[in-house]
Amino acid sequence: MSAYVEQAVADAHRREWAYVLAATVRVTRDLDTAEEAVQDAYVRALETWARDGVPGSPGAWLTTVARRLALNLLRRGRTLEAKLPLLLGQAEDETEPDAADAIPDDRLRLVFTCCHPALAREAQVALTLRLVCGVATADVAHAFLVSESTMAARITRAKKKIAAARIPYAVPTADELPARVDAALTVIHLLYTTGHTAHTGDLLVRDELTRRALDLARMLRLLLPAEREAAGLLALLLVHEARRATRTDPAGRMVRLAEQDREAWDGERIAEADGLIVAALETGPPGRFLLQAAIAALHAQAPSLEDTDWSQILTLYDELLRIWPSPVVALNRAVAVAMVDGPEAALAAVEELERDGRLAGYRYLPSTKADLLHRLGRDGEAAAAYQEALELTDNAAEREFLEGRLQA
Amino acid sequence: MAQYAVMIFERVAPADLPPEVMQGHMDLPARIAEHGGRIVAGLGLEHPDTATSIRDDAITDGPFIETKEILGGVYVLEARDLDHALALARMTPIVDGGVEVRPLSGFQIVEDD
Repeated sequence: MSAYVEQAVADAHRREWAYVLAATVRVTRDLDTAEEAVQDAYVRALETWARDGVPGSPGAWLTTVARRLALNLLRRGRTLEAKLPLLLGQAEDETEPDAADAIPDDRLRLVFTCCHPALAREAQVALTLRLVCGVATADVAHAFLVSESTMAARITRAKKKIAAARIPYAVPTADELPARVDAALTVIHLLYTTGHTAHTGDLLVRDELTRRALDLARMLRLLLPAEREAAGLLALLLVHEARRATRTDPAGRMVRLAEQDREAWDGERIAEADGLIVAALETGPPGRFLLQAAIAALHAQAPSLEDTDWSQILTLYDELLRIWPSPVVALNRAVAVAMVDGPEAALAAVEELERDGRLAGYRYLPSTKADLLHRLGRDGEAAAAYQEALELTDNAAEREFLEGRLQA
Repeated sequence: MAQYAVMIFERVAPADLPPEVMQGHMDLPARIAEHGGRIVAGLGLEHPDTATSIRDDAITDGPFIETKEILGGVYVLEARDLDHALALARMTPIVDGGVEVRPLSGFQIVEDD
């Protein structure tokens, strides 16, 4: 029974935290008090559910309790004096705090506040994990390899800015929406890639990050059904996730795309991603997440590296580079160029990027260059480039992979 | 309504601003009012070459903080929230530089009795 209740509370924490907190903020107009009340509501759930059974709608139960606790905190007057109120967007409908079924879904407000461009990216990421996902500050700190006190200070400073600068607790207006959605999706993507290809850090923490990022991507897709890019990000993460287990071998060594076991890729996730991509492409021109998802999906659906639709991939990269002129995109495009036009043409593109200088210190530049040199039979230069890449990585799996390439 | 200081940083000295930009500054209060905000006060600053700084009682020639951009002026803006303030501050005419928007903790005009 107790294990069952613990599991039920843990599930409710993962699924309902954002909803419960967002609804409680509406009562408190202050993030700290709301957080405290929601935390407390989960503690009470453990006791009450063990005694009375798990309620039919855990989210509604938690919301009702959290809002009541929040009102008590406010009545005790501990917070109103000391804190600047959080600004709710204009045209508020004042809902009855106790009518749980009438509580609007405020999760988007919470997301857009945490990912507001007036906050530094690292603060956006930390706030999103802490407030939208309910991850404990110590675990957020662990995921980003900083001390708990550093992370706590970062989160506190961000909350202070939200209140003092009056960052609104609101969904942005239609003309601001695309840029703000992009910022939120960028945060989620960053969470995923931190878990997916962390330089350092243990596997468990990283798995937790990728899982949280997928949950968030699903949530935004659900809450922003008209935003193509939200569908694009979810599809992109699904494809990454479908191939994740094959990126490293049982000993944890990196496996190149050419050598990954395609049979082991998760067909269900790839099919879900494909459905999202096809549907989204029908509604208008793709943005950068949808284009990246389409590229990843083409890889995932190909029977082998050779039988991949490289010319289609190159076309997608051309479009991606046009709307998002990033040197990292240009580097990835060079890999597609190698498959369509040969390694010589690709090497020229990589060397141009090298001269450009913006990717100095980016380990995938020398490793890509090394692969191309190797394919051109210029093994001496290839070895030097592998060595350069090796010096730039502290990820154990990648180090081992590059050392293997050097010895080959 | 919340109050913000909007600080204007330009690489071009105030005296060298082209006339259409100067006109833009003159028109700014009306434009901001049209969009639901209000400029409460405005300060135009002379060139930093004319500034004198006092640090630990020592007097030195020049601005307190040396930057490539010149702090050319400050205005006090009333807006609903940061999003509104940013949308309004974006209307500030700028040649080569930008603005900083910072919430005010206080704003007082001291008048004689």
